[in-house]
Amino acid sequence: MRLQLLGAGGGRLGSLSGLGRGGAGALALPGCLLYTRTGAAPHLGHDTLREVRGVPGVAHIALPDMAEIHDVLEEYKEGAAKFMGIPDAVLYCSLHDPVTPCPSGYNTNKTVSLWGSSGRMEMTPSKFMDIQRAIQPDWFQCISDGDTISGEAGRKRVKKSVDRSLSFLDMCLQLQEKSPELQRSVMFGAIEGGDILEERLRSARETAKRPVGGFLLDGFQGSAMAKETKLKLIASVTAELPEDKPRIIHGVGKPDEVLECIERGVDIFESFFPFQVTERGCALVFNYDYHPDPETTVFTQNGTQDLEKNGAQEDQEEVSKADPEMTPFEISLKDKKYHDDFGPVLEGCSCYCCQRHTRAYVHHLLVTNELLAGVLLMMHNFQHYFGFFSAIQDALRDSKLDQLKELVFRQALQGPENATLRQ
Amino acid sequence: MAAPAVPVLRIAAECGLSRARAGELRLPHGAVPCPVFMPVGTRGTAKGLTAAQLAELGCRICLGNTFHLGTRPGAELVRRSGGLHGFMDWPHNLLTDSGGFQMVSLLALAEVSEEGVWFQPPHGGERLLLSPESSMGIQNALGADIVMQLDDVVSSTTTGPRVEEAMDRSVRWLDRCVAAHARPEQQLLFAITQGGLDPALRRRCIRAMTQRAVPGFAIGGLSGGEDKEQFWRTVKLSTELLPRDKPRYLMGVGYATDLVVCVALGCDMFDCVFPTRTARFGSALVPWGSLQLKNQQFAKDFRPIDADCGCSTCQRYSRAYLHALLRSNTAALHLLTLHNLAYQMKLMSSMRESILQQRFPQFVRDFMGTMYGGRGGPPAWARAALESVGITLD
Repeated sequence: MRLQLLGAGGGRLGSLSGLGRGGAGALALPGCLLYTRTGAAPHLGHDTLREVRGVPGVAHIALPDMAEIHDVLEEYKEGAAKFMGIPDAVLYCSLHDPVTPCPSGYNTNKTVSLWGSSGRMEMTPSKFMDIQRAIQPDWFQCISDGDTISGEAGRKRVKKSVDRSLSFLDMCLQLQEKSPELQRSVMFGAIEGGDILEERLRSARETAKRPVGGFLLDGFQGSAMAKETKLKLIASVTAELPEDKPRIIHGVGKPDEVLECIERGVDIFESFFPFQVTERGCALVFNYDYHPDPETTVFTQNGTQDLEKNGAQEDQEEVSKADPEMTPFEISLKDKKYHDDFGPVLEGCSCYCCQRHTRAYVHHLLVTNELLAGVLLMMHNFQHYFGFFSAIQDALRDSKLDQLKELVFRQALQGPENATLRQ
Repeated sequence: MAAPAVPVLRIAAECGLSRARAGELRLPHGAVPCPVFMPVGTRGTAKGLTAAQLAELGCRICLGNTFHLGTRPGAELVRRSGGLHGFMDWPHNLLTDSGGFQMVSLLALAEVSEEGVWFQPPHGGERLLLSPESSMGIQNALGADIVMQLDDVVSSTTTGPRVEEAMDRSVRWLDRCVAAHARPEQQLLFAITQGGLDPALRRRCIRAMTQRAVPGFAIGGLSGGEDKEQFWRTVKLSTELLPRDKPRYLMGVGYATDLVVCVALGCDMFDCVFPTRTARFGSALVPWGSLQLKNQQFAKDFRPIDADCGCSTCQRYSRAYLHALLRSNTAALHLLTLHNLAYQMKLMSSMRESILQQRFPQFVRDFMGTMYGGRGGPPAWARAALESVGITLD
């Protein structure tokens, strides 16, 4: 694995290459992973996923799913990627699933608890490595104690999260040396430390001393940590890390937060966010076309015209009536007002859903609880999200990150501003 | 209203022994090879499959459901979307049923009268009437290539005077549908023959309905839990009496064995929710039965569902993986739906090929051997039905 940076300001523009079994895999940076559930994109088989443009080169699987089929993978012997029908995929295995809540208070000095469809699984470093040997991932997060996100962890608890995680890391690195199946696999060290700067720095410095291939910023999930604290800690942590190794962050998905993290030295994000948007029957419509255009400048100064055109402002007003998790970057297609809206989900979007179907049709599918709703929305939401990362890379290349930030942050405050994506 | 100038059914070959025929249906949105199985896309969607996937499987006609679509999103909205074709983005053929069956089977308070079916809308509001006229109105708005008459449906297990009443009424309703049909050039109206399991009633119904100039006939009122012996005899009687040169649509039939037998008995078109519904329960159809993939026995079965199936599910995924995926990801349901429809399409096209090549009886024997070989042979009713048209199984 090779990380190349292109020295743009404001973010680490570059690429990872030499990934995967054949060494042909690559990931443009800053970038995201393809969120999967047991190796398939949610709602999408291989055929339908192929219709989505810009699918990232690294797929994200979660350990709990794999732990539940540990015995199957052991008997199969040839690794999870092949088992899941994606033999050429580059796989990153995280410790937890970003969408499954992890109740607090279950980790010990020797074990970490995971949650899957059959409930809680207690994991030692040794058992963890057994499972990784059966998975044979390309990248994997080392088992760590990240139970600091509830906001109730005091200093002692936070210190433990760092101590335990380092101890697990050392154990696992030793076990990896003795595992032929894992010689190709890259271990990512998890940086813990809750919301305490001193602990974060300690975790970062100590983890960086170990021969890990990359770093995982953990414990920033959820909403307990104050935003300022979060951003300050992320910046402080990445400052301690070597330039030539990738930095993944877990639990961050909203466009504004993504940009904030990129500015603070993060390279790679998950793509659970478009999945969550899909599950609440919503579609991402935020604009990330930062190219200045006199026409739209006039509109955006007026504000109201665009918002009415898109209908999104009314959506934001109804947010409290709709799903409380809904963000300003999306529209809720279950809303009655879309029942006779014959426009595409997002004007100008080239995805399968927007090219072939209307808002009225997707609305109908949602109201009648048809499975196809999830399929079409996932295709749109993924393509839009992957396009966002592409736009970030372009913006860094063009030195226009500020414009992109301004555009996205404005929408974070007042809803999607312009339903039209220009080609 | 006269039938279209060009007959819908073109027969390319007939089995010399049984009543099976192969050919094509000439429909407004293109030719459809027959015998044909039509997947059911109830609410304007073939469940988890995209329209593109459905077309890629070779499907050229599928069903939309008038009752469900008429309720939500409503006929007018669909009409404004460019009809059901535009609404679903389906470039091939569509068939809509009349809405009558769902009405009677789904609604607690549906009341049949001479005017039509009175019902309480499921999502509130005043009592509404589904009449031959209003059913045609909805179907005209939906714009399917084939539309079905509103019939007075009774369960096949019903006996007594109600059966005759329903049959006679269905004939009268056929006339009202023909009169009300506003788009005979673009949409083909099929009659639905009734009469329960009573040969005399079936005879009378068919005699009456074949006097009307409709382009096709359905055999209705079966596939509702009746005794299989009576089922096949009623199908055979119907195909005996229905005109040779018009398509015969046997409604609600979709199990593989039933399809094979009823093709032998002379049916051309079939529909059923079975293959798509059973997929969503984790069941994969195979030439020797079905695999309940949620069962533990498949957890470490690394073979594909069917090594001889060319569908994309079987090309890429194993039974063990599908077993695992069923727990966490709806994609598994779609992969199984795709496989099951591929299975149905392949079954129909193999049958068609064998009829064209004058080897249908051998096809039937091979099919039954594969399906029932290890299980003591095919069911008695299937054996009897096939023998009645000259196909003997050993």
